[in-house]
Amino acid sequence: MIDFIVSVLTLTIPAGTALLLGTLGEVYAERSGVLNLGVEGMMIMGAVTGFAVTFATKNVVLGILAASLAGILMSLIHAYFSITLRVNQVVSGLALTMLGLGISGLLGKQFIGMPLPVRLQPVHVPVLSDLPILGEFFRFNILVYISILLVPLLSFFLYKTNWGIVLRSVGENPAAADAMGVNVFLVRYLAVMFGGLMAGLAGAFLSVAYAPAWIEGMTAGAGWIVIALTIFSLYDPTRAMLGAYLFGGVRVLQFRLQPLGIPANLLNMLPFLVTILVLVLISEQAFRRRIGVPAALMQPYSREEK
Amino acid sequence: MSEVPTAVLMKGITKRFAGVVANSNIDFEVREGEIHALLGENGAGKTTLMNILYGIYRPDEGEIYIYGKKAHIHSPKDAIALGIGMVHQQFRLVQTHTVVENIVLGTGNGLRFEEEEVRQKIVDLAQRYSLAINPDARIWQLSAGEQQRVEILKALYRGAKILILDEPTSMLTPLEIKELLQTLRRMTEEGNTIIFITHKLDEVTAVSHRVTILRQGKVTAVLETAKTNKVQLANLMVGREVLFRLEKPSVERGSEVLRVEGLEALSDKGLIAVNNVSFTVHRGEILGIAGVAGNGQRELLEVIAGLRPATRGKIFINGVEATRSSIRERINMGMSYVPGERMTALVPNMSIAENMILKSYRTAPISKGAFIDRREMLNLAQRLIQEYEVITPGPEKPVKLLSGGNIQRALMARELSQQVDILVAAYPTSGLDVGAIETIWRILLSQRPLGKAILLVSDDLEEILTLSDRVAVMHNGEIMGIVEPKEENLEKIGLMMAGALKLEQEQWV
Repeated sequence: MIDFIVSVLTLTIPAGTALLLGTLGEVYAERSGVLNLGVEGMMIMGAVTGFAVTFATKNVVLGILAASLAGILMSLIHAYFSITLRVNQVVSGLALTMLGLGISGLLGKQFIGMPLPVRLQPVHVPVLSDLPILGEFFRFNILVYISILLVPLLSFFLYKTNWGIVLRSVGENPAAADAMGVNVFLVRYLAVMFGGLMAGLAGAFLSVAYAPAWIEGMTAGAGWIVIALTIFSLYDPTRAMLGAYLFGGVRVLQFRLQPLGIPANLLNMLPFLVTILVLVLISEQAFRRRIGVPAALMQPYSREEK
Repeated sequence: MSEVPTAVLMKGITKRFAGVVANSNIDFEVREGEIHALLGENGAGKTTLMNILYGIYRPDEGEIYIYGKKAHIHSPKDAIALGIGMVHQQFRLVQTHTVVENIVLGTGNGLRFEEEEVRQKIVDLAQRYSLAINPDARIWQLSAGEQQRVEILKALYRGAKILILDEPTSMLTPLEIKELLQTLRRMTEEGNTIIFITHKLDEVTAVSHRVTILRQGKVTAVLETAKTNKVQLANLMVGREVLFRLEKPSVERGSEVLRVEGLEALSDKGLIAVNNVSFTVHRGEILGIAGVAGNGQRELLEVIAGLRPATRGKIFINGVEATRSSIRERINMGMSYVPGERMTALVPNMSIAENMILKSYRTAPISKGAFIDRREMLNLAQRLIQEYEVITPGPEKPVKLLSGGNIQRALMARELSQQVDILVAAYPTSGLDVGAIETIWRILLSQRPLGKAILLVSDDLEEILTLSDRVAVMHNGEIMGIVEPKEENLEKIGLMMAGALKLEQEQWV
């Protein structure tokens, strides 16, 4: 029994890591008032870039860095349209997802079925990794640990620092922040770019660590789950971790429970059911107010609007 | 005597918005340590001028000097660095954040947030200027007066020596106004300079040292307050005699049209905003509801119009219960509603004619089966445009091109051209110039002899007193009393607005 639980848990954490990375980024973007529905597109661009660069250079670190950069570049498209041009954020974000899926398919064609010469290896922590049972939790790759470390770090930044107050104020009342000399546009750009970086990392995690291969559309809706988790977490990094591992766990269980007669499709569907439900709920004004959605979310800011 | 150094000097400021000149070649000078009133009607360009000083707008022409030095103010950040602070009329606070978080926003340049140090500094400042505030309260928990204190503290915390206050008394109770004026005097004693935007003459004479008067984007006069009086100020501000006496013939009070019994409703925050409100409105009369803004007037009107559910109580229109009726049903029962945000009742991009038939399109003669009779529509629009003196380039131009006064006239025309027994009008003249106000007042008064009933809500006590046959005063969601708008009742009305007096129901008229 213990073996079963440990094995589910040790599989759950990596299964939830891409979701966690993406959600942490989206939490920050939305805290600044910008909804980015392009997570799926940024993530898959991270995945294909990470795979391609790792494949070409045989260097995983370079691959991961390139994936982050790809995520940032993708997010800049959304930032330019939604912040500078003040286009509807939903439209811009959806376009970004479609763009990412399309380009990644095109770029990735040559890599389909190719084995990756190197992959991100698990780190071996002396002593800890050799413990019985518990040792299983100290044999993950470095991205898993980074994602876990980011949770308290991003929480601290958000709630306990001056910059955190600035970020949250921009998402709640940009006019107030502007009147206090805050550069609203800069803050929003940085937040959206951070979201892109994290989505790129999440994509790289998938293609060079979790399942080292390139498969077209390999993010398989993870970006949409990130959107739901962001709301689900009430824009909080710690709850984002809980949510990510919960959905990661569902993913693991769907294989474990199959022999017991529970169809995999049912569990497979679950994250998306929750996503739809959350998206419906968030469109309702009263609900938005109750759970504390950033008040200026989806509202472009302009100083001289009369 | 003019050896007092100049704190602010604005020279030849001009600012245009999409072809409208908001400020035209304005010279504005404020001396160090004075309270300088900037007086003018709505739309005179006061706020625009101060937004330029604070870096929110960029002037098209003109120069600014602060303490004698030429200043380049491109954003609020520059203004803050020069020691300028501004309290906007619409507070710029983050509702879900604490007082401390709002005050430190944008200060400090780094990761660390020395909460204890910041709090101590805020408490010290608050004490020095007697601005009592709980630093850990969240903004939404605070009253308007308290929120304003936070705004002032925000400016002081940034080391503001020149403080701009935009219509600071509009949301306050009389007691809070008194406290504010005391604070301002206190601040000038400490060497601060204050610019006080207002359109209220009492405040100018009560607190300011000098006053600059704006009219239609131009300076009409700069005066020492001690050497002027309210009549002169009013004439300079409006440019003609202010108090136009309107004919208000007495009209026989007819049968009851609207009855409200024990009405209760919640605000957007889920708190009780309308508390056990009862009154009636009769044919041929205007019932005015007076009160300080935010005391449940808006919610009350929304409940009556059908935009907000009543949690308790009943509404009757012409004797028929309408508490649960839909808006369409209420319209058919003879109710018409002119909301305070007049643009929400119109479709800005649609033509004036189309906007005028937004209610009558369903019935003949405008409706021809599935089609609209465009000729009928234009005829109707032409007639209404003439009757209600709407100034427009033509009935097929989009309504958004009209000025505020003409938009309101067009809206009134639509609402009153229907079969209406009771007109519910919210803030019908807010933001309008004097000429437009006069027409709207005439339109409203002209409905009385026709046997229509009007329920009027306004922040402008003058308006309520001029138009109403009876005045109901609202405070904290309750009706404090209903009196006649007579000179001898003025004190009572003031006390009721402040919540200091509640008349027994038997004393209501």
